[in-house]
Amino acid sequence: MTILRAKGYDWRSTAFHAVTLAATALIVLAVIVIIGDIVWHGAKQVSWHFVTGGTKEGMFDAKTAGVFPMIFGTLALVLLMTVGVVPVGVITAVYLTEYAKSLSPITRIIRSAINNLAGVPSIVFGLFGLGFFVQFVGGGLDQMFYGGELHYRKPALIWAAATMAIMTLPVVIVATEEALRAVPNGLREASLALGATKLKTIWKIVLPEALPGVLTGAILAVGRGAGEVAPIMFTGAAYYLAHLPTNWTDQFMHLGYHVFVLSTQSPDIERTKPILYGSVLVLLLVTFLLNLTGVLVRAKIRSRLRHG
Amino acid sequence: MNERLTTDTVVLPKAQRRRTPRRRWAEWLVERGIFLVSLSTILMVFLIFAFVAREALPVILRKTNNARSATPVTAAQVSTMPPEQLATYLGVTIADLKKYNAETVKALVELKAEELSQNVSADSRVNTTSWGWMLRARQWVGYDKPEYIWQPVSEIPKYNIIPLFIGSLKATLIALIFSVPLGVGAAIYVSQLAKPKIREVIKPVIELLSGIPSVVLGFFALLVLASILQGMFHYSSRLNALVAGVALGLTVIPVIFTISEDALSTVPSGYGQAALALGAAPWQVAWQIVLPAALPGVFAACVLGFGRAIGETMIVLMASGNASIMSGSIFDSCRTITATIAAELAEVVFGGNHYRILFLLGALLFAVTFVTNLVGDVVVHRLKRKLEGAR
Amino acid sequence: MKLTSLILSTVMATTVAVRASDITVKGSDTMVILGQKWAETYMKSHAGTTVQVTGGGSGTGIAALQNGTTDICNSSRSMKPAERAAFLQKFGVGVREYKTCLDALSVYVHKSNPIEKLSFSQLEGIFTGKITNWKDVGGSDAPISLYGRENSSGTYEFFKEHVLNKKDFAPATKTMPGTAAVIQGVAKDAAGIGYGGIAYGEGVKALKVSKADGGSAIEPKEATVLDGTYPISRYLFNYVSPAKDTGAVADYLTWCLSDEGQAVVKDVGYFPLPKNLR
Repeated sequence: MTILRAKGYDWRSTAFHAVTLAATALIVLAVIVIIGDIVWHGAKQVSWHFVTGGTKEGMFDAKTAGVFPMIFGTLALVLLMTVGVVPVGVITAVYLTEYAKSLSPITRIIRSAINNLAGVPSIVFGLFGLGFFVQFVGGGLDQMFYGGELHYRKPALIWAAATMAIMTLPVVIVATEEALRAVPNGLREASLALGATKLKTIWKIVLPEALPGVLTGAILAVGRGAGEVAPIMFTGAAYYLAHLPTNWTDQFMHLGYHVFVLSTQSPDIERTKPILYGSVLVLLLVTFLLNLTGVLVRAKIRSRLRHG
Repeated sequence: MNERLTTDTVVLPKAQRRRTPRRRWAEWLVERGIFLVSLSTILMVFLIFAFVAREALPVILRKTNNARSATPVTAAQVSTMPPEQLATYLGVTIADLKKYNAETVKALVELKAEELSQNVSADSRVNTTSWGWMLRARQWVGYDKPEYIWQPVSEIPKYNIIPLFIGSLKATLIALIFSVPLGVGAAIYVSQLAKPKIREVIKPVIELLSGIPSVVLGFFALLVLASILQGMFHYSSRLNALVAGVALGLTVIPVIFTISEDALSTVPSGYGQAALALGAAPWQVAWQIVLPAALPGVFAACVLGFGRAIGETMIVLMASGNASIMSGSIFDSCRTITATIAAELAEVVFGGNHYRILFLLGALLFAVTFVTNLVGDVVVHRLKRKLEGAR
Repeated sequence: MKLTSLILSTVMATTVAVRASDITVKGSDTMVILGQKWAETYMKSHAGTTVQVTGGGSGTGIAALQNGTTDICNSSRSMKPAERAAFLQKFGVGVREYKTCLDALSVYVHKSNPIEKLSFSQLEGIFTGKITNWKDVGGSDAPISLYGRENSSGTYEFFKEHVLNKKDFAPATKTMPGTAAVIQGVAKDAAGIGYGGIAYGEGVKALKVSKADGGSAIEPKEATVLDGTYPISRYLFNYVSPAKDTGAVADYLTWCLSDEGQAVVKDVGYFPLPKNLR
């Protein structure tokens, strides 16, 4: 390695700095351009009516369009998904940090499985949701409880939520694991020394302490769940429904799916551009607000832990 | 409970006093339960592959045959045909055949005759769902030379999957060429060269990029990026592999950036400080000391980026043009595996050939990402060992 | 605990409540705007029924009809013999077809394209990839950029069957997920050519089409579609299983063919059925 002396102009250093700075700047610029473009074009469209209105009058007319059913559907999906993914994710993370022996083959296989789950393409999740949940589980439920009548063997909120839950599981597990590891061992040891069982320690001491981290995982999962479209395309999302989903066997409208359909199938792109931008902005806002809520709840719990 | 305080008896806290055998039993059960739930992750991976491959099994095992080799049977001949032969001709089971009344059977025979009279040619006698025709080029009737054609909705459905693989690889490669330099470069800058204050600002901004859903990026690519790139390069096809690749790159950049930055930051600062003490410039430290030390992490980032790019659906569905051509040019439209599945799955009749081949594509895609992850893991592991072993 | 009550309320809200007069309509993207406007208008005057409309392509709708996941299927093409046979096999009775309105498929080119008309044989050559440059059909020297629909579309199938004589589309055809996407593509591509439903054609130029080489080229508009001179015109269909064609579903289907329903057709941009066919 050549050590550069201070004589002369160190052009290589400047060049290196410039190149890496340019790379960073380009990325930041891209983010600014994308978000800026969306906010610029979408802000005009996002009004109170837009956010609370429905699809009853003219979905494709900028003045009458509303995205409330899509917001509702997205939130319903995300809620059901969270109810499914957080327990399973937390339990798995608890096992991996508290019980598993780090070099045992089972542990390695579980970790490998989690890594693989994280890498499965979203459309394969869609296929799985269709083939397993809708056809197999749905068909089975129909056979067992309804004598073959069609109740579950169709795209539904529950199947879309289940598919998304499996998809976001790795995120929750990893975040929870980090949070559990961050809990000082001293706390665990103190609890055990006082006579509590391992399970009790985890339930009463470790988990509450790790709650902010668990929430981080949930927030990340929710962020992904609100935005992914491919897994729900065939397992539950619909393009135009006359009423809100009231039952987990109903289909639902979804902001991301709505953006997809509008971009590709609206009759007059120029006329629907404002609605499109508005919907995209609302999607970003909803994702942002969900994240923000999670962050605030997490901060509150953290401060309560510190002062409580 | 009495607490008899004597000098040599320890007062047992409540928790221990309650540790009766029944309690211990319940806890043991819960702990088994925790273990089982954790095992479910393995089950999930297995189920995903199993159910996707299950739907594709008939095609994989060469049990499907859509060659139209039968000669049409007239209504008069039907009455003289034995039931088994008629059932095979119509493609139904004997049990089903017995359920139909005469009118239904007659209608079915007429429809079958109509179907068989379509396009009788050398092509119609070929089983287009065989592995051979899914992978080899063929000079179909009406074409001038052997070509790899994916056109599943046609009189002669053509299921060649090669153009789809080429399309996926093209878009992914462009995405990586675009995102790896930018992502790694930004990671080096942010972790090694930038002032802490700038780092605090830039990291969240790039993480913001990861929060943008892929459908929004696809929408942006379709409406804005395509026009920008077309203005820059003046090619004719507005939606092509380049647009899709750049947009894919934007999705992949946060992945590569975050993991690389993590890897670069966790390189022991001792390395860098030793080099600085020896008179190296910061850029040399970053380029020649820290980056090589972080190579396993950076490589893992790229592997993850590859997996993410090849599996991404919405962006390529909206921005790539979806033309299933075998072309090396980045300015040509391309059709990826993921976009094909997403676009065509809604149409297929469950259980039909097209449906099964789409699931086959899904299974192959899963296999590719699985193998990539595995290989990536192994390489990272080896690199780590080499780095640690060389010390 | 709050969590328990949340879970309990979620579970309680999920008791199966089937609405008696819920009509599901699935299928053609060409018809999805029409389907939606029909639903909106119908529901205004029939408060007890709800109609939900999903797109995805004619193939989607037909598949859904076959799988039993829809009541009515919108289709921009007639069902193929194999599809009718499959339906017959599953349900034991043939599918019921209703013609709902007329549509014309326009061929779109960029506004700046000097070409005004093309014949069927020229269109066939262009879209199968045999004719690759605009100058071969009288335009400027530029490679032709093809835009088409995904194969789940009835528009795709109709064009293939009637204009391409069942030949394959050129592999280089950019397949777009909807007619609007085709229009958008052509609108931004000076060398582009695409096809799509007539109701969508804003921002591009529709060509006059002649069936025979050298024959009179007809412009796609209401008069020529209704009198049958425009060569690429087709019916748009509603398909329903005879078992389901009762009650609310039957009322809805009849309404679509009524004057009110056909007025909506006109509003959206298609052509009402001649009275003798309703």
